[in-house]
Amino acid sequence: MIGLVLLGIIVILALSAPILIDESALSVTQATGERMAPPSAGYPLGTDEVGRSILALTLWGARLSLLIGLTATVVAIVVGTTVGVTAGHVGGWYGWVALRISDWFMVLPSLVVAIALLAVLGRSMSTTILVIAMVSWSGTTRLVRAQTLTVQSRPYLERAKALGAGHWHQMTKHILPNVLPLVLASATLLVPSAILMESSLAWLGLGDPNVVSWGSILNRASSNGAVSAHAWWYLLPPGLAILVVVLAFMMCGRALEAVFNPRLRGERG
Amino acid sequence: MTLLEFKDLSVTYRGSRGRIPAVRGVDLKVEAGRTLGIAGESGCGKSTLAMAVLRLLPKTAEVTGTILLDGEDLLEMGWGRLRAVRWTGASIVFQGAMHSLNAVQRIGRQVAEPILVHEDVTPAEAGKRAEALLERVGLPPSRARSFPHELSGGQRQRVMIAMALACDPDVVIADEATTALDVMVQAQVLQLISGLVTERGVGLMMISHDLSVLSSVCDTAAVMYAGRIVEQGPAAEVFAEARHPYSAALGAAFPVIGDPASRKRPGGLAGDPPNPAKLPEGCSFRPRCAVAEERCGEAAPQLLEVGAGRLSACFVAQDGESIAV
Amino acid sequence: MLTARDLRVEFGLPGGRTARAVDGVDLDVSPGEIVALAGESGCGKTTLARTLLGLEKSTGGTVAFGGEALRHSSKALKAYRRQVQLVLQDPTGALNPRHTVYDAVAEGLRIHGITDDEPGRVAEALSRAGLRPPEQFFLAYPHELSGGQRQRVVIAGALVLEPSILIADEPVASLDASVRGEILSLLLRLKEDAGLGALVITHDLGLAWSIADRIAIMYLGRIVEQGPVEQVLTEPRHPYTRALVSVLPGAPALKAAVPEPIVLAGELPDASRIPLGCRFRPRCQEVASGAADAVLHECEGEDPAVLGPEAAPHLVACHLDRARIAA
Repeated sequence: MIGLVLLGIIVILALSAPILIDESALSVTQATGERMAPPSAGYPLGTDEVGRSILALTLWGARLSLLIGLTATVVAIVVGTTVGVTAGHVGGWYGWVALRISDWFMVLPSLVVAIALLAVLGRSMSTTILVIAMVSWSGTTRLVRAQTLTVQSRPYLERAKALGAGHWHQMTKHILPNVLPLVLASATLLVPSAILMESSLAWLGLGDPNVVSWGSILNRASSNGAVSAHAWWYLLPPGLAILVVVLAFMMCGRALEAVFNPRLRGERG
Repeated sequence: MTLLEFKDLSVTYRGSRGRIPAVRGVDLKVEAGRTLGIAGESGCGKSTLAMAVLRLLPKTAEVTGTILLDGEDLLEMGWGRLRAVRWTGASIVFQGAMHSLNAVQRIGRQVAEPILVHEDVTPAEAGKRAEALLERVGLPPSRARSFPHELSGGQRQRVMIAMALACDPDVVIADEATTALDVMVQAQVLQLISGLVTERGVGLMMISHDLSVLSSVCDTAAVMYAGRIVEQGPAAEVFAEARHPYSAALGAAFPVIGDPASRKRPGGLAGDPPNPAKLPEGCSFRPRCAVAEERCGEAAPQLLEVGAGRLSACFVAQDGESIAV
Repeated sequence: MLTARDLRVEFGLPGGRTARAVDGVDLDVSPGEIVALAGESGCGKTTLARTLLGLEKSTGGTVAFGGEALRHSSKALKAYRRQVQLVLQDPTGALNPRHTVYDAVAEGLRIHGITDDEPGRVAEALSRAGLRPPEQFFLAYPHELSGGQRQRVVIAGALVLEPSILIADEPVASLDASVRGEILSLLLRLKEDAGLGALVITHDLGLAWSIADRIAIMYLGRIVEQGPVEQVLTEPRHPYTRALVSVLPGAPALKAAVPEPIVLAGELPDASRIPLGCRFRPRCQEVASGAADAVLHECEGEDPAVLGPEAAPHLVACHLDRARIAA
């Protein structure tokens, strides 16, 4: 519940950012404040090295971090679910190959792969999304495949087969509806990791240079000596924002998992 | 000699949807060297009755009445005494032997465990006793070294029986102990159980939904419906010539092969077993009963004598009329 | 008519062994008759049913419907399944918990692209299965129904395709005793009123007595005795059938045929280790008692052939029985 409320507040803030603060506040050339000024009445969270409001940056950063986190998760979930359901249902050679490929992605150190891919593909928002999705779909595949195998052994699938159902019917009418709740729960856990990954990449300077995200704020902060200047107001807001969003998603995810996963339900009940 | 006696026993579960009566005022006796059969369908309270004997019911269960084991009230016992009584006084053979055995422990150790817990013996002695027990239930003693998954369903059920006998209990309760078994294996296990009763004089309480099995093994049978005993009497008579419409229907569900009357005429009841949370007024069986009369809706019939050794809780049978349809 | 001829299904096991789950079966089921297939668990009866439905591939022999051999192309199977339908043991598992009764019954129609008058057909199937008025059940979910009602929904889901034969695997084993009769009566009524044929797989001989016209007794992958229910159950001839019948509780009428209960020792052997010669020999009470000494060399060396579609209605795969008939 707390997670849901937190999430709601964050999403509303992110959506209403354009209403609360004009986009011009992000412009480097039109910056109005002093450089690296501590919090004051005009700038409640201080300013950065060119005099922009940290509050404005953090609010606008929320839009991008959430957007990338959600989109990357959706892509990863769609790919992971498709591969997982087909691998579990079709099995055989296809299932084996699909599983090995997803294993391969699973054991690769994701940040290293992401850095390498970004270096090759170039820095932009869409490549960031693609790269994050690429390194995070395999977990979903594993989960979905396992659940598919469970559903597969249920008598109602046998009944559907005996009724003459083809693979498409079995997958869309029986397997998918039974797999989706679990996918949803795992998606809420994937979003925070995608946001963290985006922040890490941006902090390492691999983000889209034209947009502001929490990671890129941190990147600018560290590259402009915020740490040695003791400019805590520059580092804390984006850092805390990441922490809160990740926690909120985690809490929602755990709650959903407890509802949908009968094994966990048993443990708590 | 009466080993186990239930006196006006009632068990009520307190749930989120109110109080659900599972057993409602049951009086029964288990005698030494005799077999009492309890018949009924899922939800009729027969398993609750079995669990009540060893006080294995969940905390939400409210138990009233008395259960006397060798004259001692089980419900008044302290925990120490209760632990001593479990297994040495009374033991249960559960249904579903696969789940009741520990999958990663050898059979011999599992059979020896209650002996080690309850008696002052060395592990070697307990192991020897376990092997002897396995032999008595028809398994080679070498099986003590096997794991549960290496045994067949029938063999596992035998292990369960050996475990129940480990501490020489006076009373053995078999809860659907043969239900999951095939006809031939069931016959083997029933033979084994009956042998133990006659040889060792234990009192056996056998719980099953299969009235035909009970009729062939038990001396006395009690039929339960919605938490009450609706008919009681000599097992063979209850099966062959029921004095309650429910026992008649339950018996008809197991046709007698060779009897032309049951050929191509599957017997059974319309409707479904009652919801214990919403029992009808008067006689609980009335909504499914073919001979119900107006008075059946007004008051619940008591369990009264309807012949030599026969008890029935049916107004029609108590008036001496036929309950056959 | 559904026919199986010399049907065989083998599974490879780890370690290179082969389990012969179905090891030569000849069986006919015609519309308008109920055939019971009885045997202990592990005897291959469920594998046989799955193979007859085309859910399992046979490794030998043929399954034919209406004289035409069953092919395993998806199109041929789909057409076949309008004729031969399945009813499973556990109605709770056989219904998708997220589908309403209407969806569960209409599923077959949708799969087969039958779109005209879907609600009418669903209602018709539900009422044929004894759920009346059908409209009242349309929007119910399986968990809101009782076990008996769920099994009726499963049967309605099969009936909606208007098949000529139902294959029911232990259709009442998971139901309460008092509810069983209703489901069995339903199968009987469908046979009598609509000429439906059914193969009912069961471990319960009493069930066969209640509804079946013919019965086949299966032991270790093969039918060892088959014939009209009255003959097979009241005058059993195969030693295995005799033993099965003798241990039935409370059957005084059978005392003439088998006076003493014959409790066979041991259990059904593994389908990967089928004994040579007669597969029942190691447990056979006639061999043990010496009654079969005269034919013992045949029992040990010669597999009694698969019971074929012969003229005699009552068939027995036993050397001793053949010797007795010949004598």
